[in-house]
Amino acid sequence: MRNNPKALTGLVALGVFVLFAVVGPWLAPFDPSTRSNDLLQPPSSAHWFGTTHLGQDIFSQVLVGTRSVIFVGAVAGVVATVLSVLVGVTAGYLSGSAGEGLSALSNVFLVIPALPLIVIITSSLPETSNLTIALVIGLTSWAWNARVLRAQTLSLRRRDYVEAARANGESTWRIILFEILPNLTAVIASGFVGTVLFAVISEITLAFIGVSDAGGWNWGTVLYWAQSQQALTQGAWWWFVPAGLAIALLGTALSLVNFGIDEYVNPRLRTRSSTRGVRMRVGFTPVLAKETS
Amino acid sequence: MKERILEVRGLNVDYGLGPESVRAVRDVDLTLHRGEVLGLAGESGSGKSTLAYGMTRLLPPPGIVAGGEVIYTLDDGSTVDLLRIRDADLRRLRWSEIAIVFQGAINSLNPVQRISTQLVDVLKAHSARSTPKARQDRARELLGLVGIASDRLHSYPHQLSGGMRQRVMIAMALALEPRVVIMDEPTTALDVVVQRQILRTLVELRERLGFSVVFITHDLSLLVEFSDRIAIMYAGQVVEEATSADLYRTPLHPYSDGLLHSFPALKGPRRELSGIAGSPPDLRSMPGGCPFHPRCGRAMDVCATRTPVLGQSTAGRSVACWLHPVSVG
Repeated sequence: MRNNPKALTGLVALGVFVLFAVVGPWLAPFDPSTRSNDLLQPPSSAHWFGTTHLGQDIFSQVLVGTRSVIFVGAVAGVVATVLSVLVGVTAGYLSGSAGEGLSALSNVFLVIPALPLIVIITSSLPETSNLTIALVIGLTSWAWNARVLRAQTLSLRRRDYVEAARANGESTWRIILFEILPNLTAVIASGFVGTVLFAVISEITLAFIGVSDAGGWNWGTVLYWAQSQQALTQGAWWWFVPAGLAIALLGTALSLVNFGIDEYVNPRLRTRSSTRGVRMRVGFTPVLAKETS
Repeated sequence: MKERILEVRGLNVDYGLGPESVRAVRDVDLTLHRGEVLGLAGESGSGKSTLAYGMTRLLPPPGIVAGGEVIYTLDDGSTVDLLRIRDADLRRLRWSEIAIVFQGAINSLNPVQRISTQLVDVLKAHSARSTPKARQDRARELLGLVGIASDRLHSYPHQLSGGMRQRVMIAMALALEPRVVIMDEPTTALDVVVQRQILRTLVELRERLGFSVVFITHDLSLLVEFSDRIAIMYAGQVVEEATSADLYRTPLHPYSDGLLHSFPALKGPRRELSGIAGSPPDLRSMPGGCPFHPRCGRAMDVCATRTPVLGQSTAGRSVACWLHPVSVG
């Protein structure tokens, strides 16, 4: 990873977000919900990102909101990844009706429109907290990765070394854990990163349409208030730009990490570092200019 | 003296650029005459394939031709340097003048296309005016050349055996009647019986069509049998070049000698199989002097300090070894 600038940039940016998620609430200069008399102020030295129509500090809101975003992303990512590995690998490895059944289950989950389902589930739950949102997102977004893992496992299960392990009498669990899973590490890792991104965007979308942790802050809630108070028409750009940028940056960081995983797995995707003005082309090997003729 | 068709002068091929680059082919001079079979032999990693791909500019990245000339003589007697001509010209020369049979026919044929489609494809690309009927006939004829029944024309690659697939590759290389055919270990994956059939076909075809062959293999016994001249490569350099009869009877370079004593002869007196101790040098840190001296049983003091160059030795043969000093003048 050290000689992979993309992955390094992504990891550093992601690390900064995780750090803010941990220490953000202590760093925040104001309580994000406390009202003040500075109504709808543009950014200043007192309020770095300006204030809302109630005089709340937007910098504190974004900073405090980071924790909820990262928490939901991570929990939903873990839940969805565990489910996708369980269902996908088992469906791929087992033949017969068990495999077919699991495969059908993931197909069903695949065609259910996730966001409306999440809205219905969260609105029917007695209380909406970050944990329930994360669990609902995680429980509804595992199907795609399960399909990918099933396809990979199907191609792995008949490889010679797996057959050899089976012939040696290794147990099914051992074969799955030691022969098959290590081959899927990269797929699982990039699936996890992708799911985290999906979960973050889902949570923000939910908050934006008003489904969020009661009394809590995340970037979507900031955008929800900016939208409902017509920040755009009032020219209060500072209300939505910081949260929007934070979403874009987190998304970029996660994508960069995913690119890094791809390049790590598939060396052909790696960009060559120093070509020194020589154009490498398949089929036309470059000829260096002769020093003397 | 026979007519020269392809001449390699001082060819250097590197992998990578700058300080980390590795020189895989070093100052190679080779001459291919019209209608002859030139064998290139050496251990794995001695630069045989790199040389062949370097001189045709087919080496994939990070391969780089670092210097030298590859002079090809056209039909009308004019010459071109393959390393200096424009890409479009090189593309036109390829296949119609110089064709290559790659290592491993299994991977070279597209598994989802019929043999006929793949054979006709090149005919279509290089002679756009021919009719589909004429191309089909030509494809059938090509398969006939390499001894495959014409009812196999519409088969898929997986329906053919390994030997047949290799023959298809040879037929494909001959599709445009090239004057030079480069074969990179075309028979390595096949058993000796099929190997023999394919080589016999190849020799027949060469007599009929009159092309020249550069034949790359690590199987020296094969080369001794059917090539006209043999160049032995070691660590990216040609260490000996001779007619195959000369090389077989009196190998001058200790490395050639070692290679020849690595397999038993079917006829003649029994002799000890010696082989060659050690392994080829790391190209990143080549030993000083002659690259072979750490493994050479007949190394002298001079071998460790000065590099012998390939030249006409006193015995009248081309060899790069201090045992056979180059005759001056």
